[in-house]
Amino acid sequence: MTATVRYADVEVGTELPERTFPVRRLDLVRYAGASGDFNPIHWNERVAKSVGLPNVIAHGMFTMAEAGRLVTDWAGDPGALVEYGVRFSAPVVVPDDDTGAEIAVSGVVSEKRDGNLVVVKITARSGGAKVLARSSAVVRLA
Amino acid sequence: MPINRDYLGRVYQSPEPYEVTRGKIREFAEAIQDPNPVYRDVAAAKAAGHTDVVAPPTFPIIMGMAGVAQAALDPELRLDFSMVVHGDQSFRYSRPMRAGDVVETATRISAIKALGGNEMLTLESEISTVEGEHVVTAVIMLVVRGGAEQDVK
Repeated sequence: MTATVRYADVEVGTELPERTFPVRRLDLVRYAGASGDFNPIHWNERVAKSVGLPNVIAHGMFTMAEAGRLVTDWAGDPGALVEYGVRFSAPVVVPDDDTGAEIAVSGVVSEKRDGNLVVVKITARSGGAKVLARSSAVVRLA
Repeated sequence: MPINRDYLGRVYQSPEPYEVTRGKIREFAEAIQDPNPVYRDVAAAKAAGHTDVVAPPTFPIIMGMAGVAQAALDPELRLDFSMVVHGDQSFRYSRPMRAGDVVETATRISAIKALGGNEMLTLESEISTVEGEHVVTAVIMLVVRGGAEQDVK
């Protein structure tokens, strides 16, 4: 359970380069099955529109999972995560076509703490909207 | 009807332990399209210092949402689940969840607030092994759209 990034090599301002994660309707169906969250707003356009959404939207937890990959891949070990929190500030709207939507995630080290801990501030955007706000991870580095 | 304020602090205990399996972890990792071998391959997980395959960081939402469902089904809480959206989510980890863990969840209603016509309900799910080792706490904040407007009626 050891991160591959060394605490000494990281500074406030160190960037986690942007990555883009695709999300199509099929991905939401698969996520619904794996997570047990079958809320129809994540797969049924008729229901989504009836509650005022522009279209089917991704599970917030799907977006949180993709944003988490940015951090766990950077740190080199998912066990390095000490805290991880997000605010869902806008929905990821997923159209019914073969390309779906994209979630673009980036991060920056905003703080270094004792005990080899760093705080990574996370940004996620989709369709021109900021889909995660006040989002950060506390990671224990090597 | 607004959310029942008397329910602040109420705890919902999971009705039975949840067994974390390699197959379920793999299924979840595939659903989030994360190819990390520590979620699939026991040898890779052991090489990384784990005792078995570990679960992705958001996997414990399965137990957290089960706790929410318990609360939502409690008619006295008066939670209109059709008006609920997921507001905030956070996890505090003692260690990664892993295959072979048998966990129990205690979900506590930790905050009920009104803000700008909405109500916000926070539930904290403390997830521990049946042996009593804390694994992770999942904090779920739900926004009940329009909930507070009903307060003044």
